[in-house]
Amino acid sequence: MRNLFAALAGSLFGTGLLVSGMTDTRKVQGWLDIFGAWDPTLAFVMGGAILPMAVAWMLTRGRAPVLGGSFPPPPEQKLGRNLVTGSILFGMGWGLVGLCPGPAMASLSFGGPGVWIFGIAMLAGMLAAPHVRMRLDALGAGA
Amino acid sequence: MPIEWIFGLVGGLVIGLGGAVFLLVNGRIMGASGIVGGLVDGSGASNRNERLFFLAGLIGMPMIIAHVFGFVPPTAVTDNVAALVAAGLLVGIGTRIANGCTSGHGVCGISRLSLRGIVATVFYIGAGGLTVVLFRHVLGVI
Repeated sequence: MRNLFAALAGSLFGTGLLVSGMTDTRKVQGWLDIFGAWDPTLAFVMGGAILPMAVAWMLTRGRAPVLGGSFPPPPEQKLGRNLVTGSILFGMGWGLVGLCPGPAMASLSFGGPGVWIFGIAMLAGMLAAPHVRMRLDALGAGA
Repeated sequence: MPIEWIFGLVGGLVIGLGGAVFLLVNGRIMGASGIVGGLVDGSGASNRNERLFFLAGLIGMPMIIAHVFGFVPPTAVTDNVAALVAAGLLVGIGTRIANGCTSGHGVCGISRLSLRGIVATVFYIGAGGLTVVLFRHVLGVI
């Protein structure tokens, strides 16, 4: 049952990414390009997605997940250097080609070889991340 | 209102619906980088199948839409291999160090007013904007 609903959630996510146009790298780079032909589509996508999620978070109060277990704990308040450094690195890659993890995976079947090259590099980056994090922590401790 | 904005809003609602199902039914946060990353580094071994099924839907449903129903949306992905490799590495490393991407920090974080989600989103959009301005308008390579 858990797997079935996980597949359903993934299918909705993928369908929404296609419908919204977020698999089009020009729309993503257009949103980031405030000095060019600025494209606000991404803000509508974000707003549209946040709405049902906000309702869902409200519904978690005083309840448990339908299939058992427990909901994620409240978000940490601590910001930390890794959150900022990591987000900056992610944003640089996102801006460079206009792909982030969700849309990259959603467009694997029709986006051509470029998406696969990006995807394989992303997996390599994820494998390397713990080592990079260790280096960053060491740098931070020395500062 | 341009039709792209309406498609954006409708598509966004469907994305949010997916996140709501994953949260309310499975009790999990729909973060693309976290779901894949946990499989790559083994940190998500305890719920491996749930992650794999999610990815099957995320990759498979667009495949069906594109190849069975014939709706193939444009991607306009660059053919610059160096840019693709650099971007992939940056996205992979960055999302794992920050512990989230556009879906986890952006959609799931902001919707519960998580300070971490909001701060991450400000920084990745800021860095993305500067990158586009630098590489498109200053260097003229993208």
